[in-house]
Amino acid sequence: MNVIVCVKQVPETTGVKINKDTNTLIREGTKGIINPFDMYAVEEGLRIKEKLGGEVIAISMGPPQADEALREVISYGVDDAVLLSDLAFAGADTLATSRTLAKGVKKVGGFGLIICGKQAIDGDTAQVGPAIAEKLDIPYVAFVRKIRDISNHTLVVERMMDDGYDVLEVTLPALITVVKEINEPRMPSLRGKMKAKSVDIPVWGISELGISEEEVGLKGSATQVIKIFTPQRHGNREMLEGSVEKQVDQLVSRLDDMKMI
Amino acid sequence: MSVRIDIELCTGCGVCIDSCLFGAITVEDGVAHVDETCNLCGACLDVCDFYAISMPDIKKTEFKGDGFKGVWVYAEQRNGKIANVVLELLGEGRILADKLGVDLSAVLLGDSIEREANELIPYGADKIYLVDDPLLKDFNDEIYSNILTDLIKKYKPEIVISGATAVGRSFIPKVSARLETGLTADCTGLDIDSEKRLLLQTRPAFGGNIMATIICPDMRPQMATVRHKVMKKASYDPKRKGEVITKGFDGHGKNLRTNVLDAVEEIGDLVSIAEADVIISGGRGLQEAKNFKLIEELARTLGGAVGASRAAVDAGWIPYSHQVGQTGKTVCPKLYIACGMSGAVQHLVGMQSSDVIVAINIDKDAPIFEVASFGIVGDLFEVIPVMVERLNKRKG
Amino acid sequence: MDYFLTEDQNMIKELARQIADEKIMPVRAELDEKEEFPWEIIKVLASSDLMGLCYPEEYGGLGGGTFENCIAVEEISRACIGVSVCFAGTGLGAYPILLFGSEDQKKRYLPDIASGRKLAAFGLTEANAGSDASGIQTSAVLDGDEYVINGTKQWITGGGEAEIYTVIVMTDKSRGSRGASALIVEKGTPGFTFGTKEKKMGIRASATTELVFSNCRVPRDNLIGRAGIGFIVSMRVLDRTRPGIGAQAIGLSQGALDTAVSYARERKQFGKPIISFQAVQHMLADMAIQTEAARALVYSACRFIDSGAKNISKVSAMSKVFSSDVAMKVTVDAVQVLGGYGYMRDYPVEKMMRDAKILQIYEGTNQIQRNVIGQELIKEYAGKKDNR
Repeated sequence: MNVIVCVKQVPETTGVKINKDTNTLIREGTKGIINPFDMYAVEEGLRIKEKLGGEVIAISMGPPQADEALREVISYGVDDAVLLSDLAFAGADTLATSRTLAKGVKKVGGFGLIICGKQAIDGDTAQVGPAIAEKLDIPYVAFVRKIRDISNHTLVVERMMDDGYDVLEVTLPALITVVKEINEPRMPSLRGKMKAKSVDIPVWGISELGISEEEVGLKGSATQVIKIFTPQRHGNREMLEGSVEKQVDQLVSRLDDMKMI
Repeated sequence: MSVRIDIELCTGCGVCIDSCLFGAITVEDGVAHVDETCNLCGACLDVCDFYAISMPDIKKTEFKGDGFKGVWVYAEQRNGKIANVVLELLGEGRILADKLGVDLSAVLLGDSIEREANELIPYGADKIYLVDDPLLKDFNDEIYSNILTDLIKKYKPEIVISGATAVGRSFIPKVSARLETGLTADCTGLDIDSEKRLLLQTRPAFGGNIMATIICPDMRPQMATVRHKVMKKASYDPKRKGEVITKGFDGHGKNLRTNVLDAVEEIGDLVSIAEADVIISGGRGLQEAKNFKLIEELARTLGGAVGASRAAVDAGWIPYSHQVGQTGKTVCPKLYIACGMSGAVQHLVGMQSSDVIVAINIDKDAPIFEVASFGIVGDLFEVIPVMVERLNKRKG
Repeated sequence: MDYFLTEDQNMIKELARQIADEKIMPVRAELDEKEEFPWEIIKVLASSDLMGLCYPEEYGGLGGGTFENCIAVEEISRACIGVSVCFAGTGLGAYPILLFGSEDQKKRYLPDIASGRKLAAFGLTEANAGSDASGIQTSAVLDGDEYVINGTKQWITGGGEAEIYTVIVMTDKSRGSRGASALIVEKGTPGFTFGTKEKKMGIRASATTELVFSNCRVPRDNLIGRAGIGFIVSMRVLDRTRPGIGAQAIGLSQGALDTAVSYARERKQFGKPIISFQAVQHMLADMAIQTEAARALVYSACRFIDSGAKNISKVSAMSKVFSSDVAMKVTVDAVQVLGGYGYMRDYPVEKMMRDAKILQIYEGTNQIQRNVIGQELIKEYAGKKDNR
């Protein structure tokens, strides 16, 4: 069974800091990383391949440099990759993104399962996975923490809930989004890295996907960002002083005043 | 496509360079240039003191929201019990509905939950759309989204909000995608632009480092999931009047592709971190698994939940369900006490919106103190026992 | 410093570094404490293809040489040489087959070793034969089509964990060192057992045991090369693998230097980070100078060997001696920079210092290496007409 894994290149969040004087963002380096949750998706795809055979194909929508992210997943054992990239894709919200990715997935075709990370750490929406499934009209399960059983026709998974977990069975083809708990991603291999260096990754834009400019990018988005601002920081930092007992007494009385305890 | 620079207004000051998360801006010959890596996120617009940056003109899509009216709240239930976030949604929904001068309605799907439906009225719902059927006992994305989509198509609300819970974040994206409308995830602030009757949806992005206000100008309904514990709970008014509209369910016999086999609750004797008003978190400073007992003791004394840093979880000291931060849960309790954790950015993004943060760390330079309301520099093995003792004494 | 590695070599370095950082660093203290063989890490190294670096592609390897292998050893050693000796030790066991084995032996054993499915080990040392290899007492007597082995090998790295052993035995005692031969013995062969695991000062993640042979019969086909070349096999193999000890040493030195510098930047005394004190700076500078010099020598030795050069004994010995002496000194100094903390097990330099000592001892003590170098000098200068 072929598995398609959706991968996103994101700015490394640790590199984003706030300049306290100007209250603006400072970026440390411009390193793009693979969205960490997508690595769990890649690993799960590889495990399914090892169990059932077939190929793992990675797909990404992003600027031309997202090619690096796809090469990186190939070094982990992914067989093939496709990049969806077009100037027209810029500014896409989750709706336009899922439309575009669904088109790409359809063009790749022949899959039994699509796996996405539960969310991307830049947007944190967790919306694209379910929306792709809707656009492809296939069943999905979000926040999967364990695949209990998979055959070529059905899939039984555990879905993480706020108060525990659900066990669901879906027919294939289907889509799942996975959480960190599902596995521990492997290391890349040297042969994988060598392949990643030389492999040809096709780039599909609007004409290859057969999608109109009105459906993608900023134009195809239902939502618009109208304002970006830096959040209020806790400016009232107060370092308590004195002996341990004294500090604790101060803390307790302050929390008491604030009706926190 | 990229943001536009007005070269007449641009002074080439370069302030916008740092604001760009994608490294798309450079200054050459005294003017800013934007390359194709621009993601149109808009982060640079506000930092420009000269109003030289603007979003590109987009062909205005036709407004497709005629006839949509009213504010809806998705009243999530689990095992027949209304989720706590619903009361917050009703509180916020009421404010939005009043600003727009429209009704507030709730949608409740479940099994044998008529009593719960009536309970939503005193909390501010004018109407409750109830679908009560044994098949709705467990949360099934496929059935739930079919019903909610049909109801929205039929009654055309202008706004639909849901909790950003596991349930809400699982099936609401499917509903919005089918309706071809916008959805804003995990909002921490909602407001109305009364003039344009637009929902202003504010949410954190880039791990909480920036906030974005988002609108859905042309499509209806405007949909958002809302973070738990941010909005104020609705007040209870037993005199309120409202109407429960029971809708039939015709989903039986349909060929379902999704089947819920089991729903398992997994909460131990301590409160879950997502729900807790007080969280006591432990990090690497605890040194070993058994020392989490200290944290648990303090949590019990304060009636709070136990959180943990990724380091503590990765070391196997405590299960993943307790992990706070980028790869764990985002929490915003009233009180967050961080014990023996340095405050890695990935952790901070998961807890920095807590009302009051207390940091206890032996290293006075630990970044955790940057976000703390109160800082205690000291050995947690000394500090926590004293705290437990003082708090117990206070309780009497 | 940029050593102008090839693209593939950089890839190896990057990959080994990633594994060292993500998989070895977090567990090295525990492995040391529990004296536990790092099977989990070996599996990772295997699935990452690193176990096959120095074997030809036809045997499932990646076709690299000594240098490629040493690059990986260095990076792993930055985290833990207890782990890197497990990695490098299997190469030591496989080299006799790679260099002197028959086509059939190569086909039979190398693919399993190159893929990491099986580990190999090399058995030379005995109670009375260490630096003096001619004192070997383990015997192998031909009986029909089988060799019958009796005797005990001591301090064998990978003992008990490896599957494939290349063992130096006496097939003809009367001929002294010319009576030694190399035999392949597989784990599980009747009459082949292991002694108890040794308790060591350092490299405690690695397994070190006796190999005990008691009327152990192996097919005659298991003879590597021909009878009588066992001593030559040993010398040739060790000439090739000694830069690996050098690679362990430079990795270890680098790890100690990294820890010492970052500690010195953070640790404050008299209101300043201790790195601002010249006394500390000079120590760190010396550590850095020696580490870099050792690296330059090890890399050059590797490149020299991989060029196909014939007389590699001297350079190979030099790279081992110099860099292991450096590692000892650098790790001792790293403990000194960390002061009291350095002496505690909470910080990694205490382990590094314990680990470093073995580098001056195994695969020929540094004294024996100096003998080798000295003898090479005698030979070289004897051949020169003008001795100035």
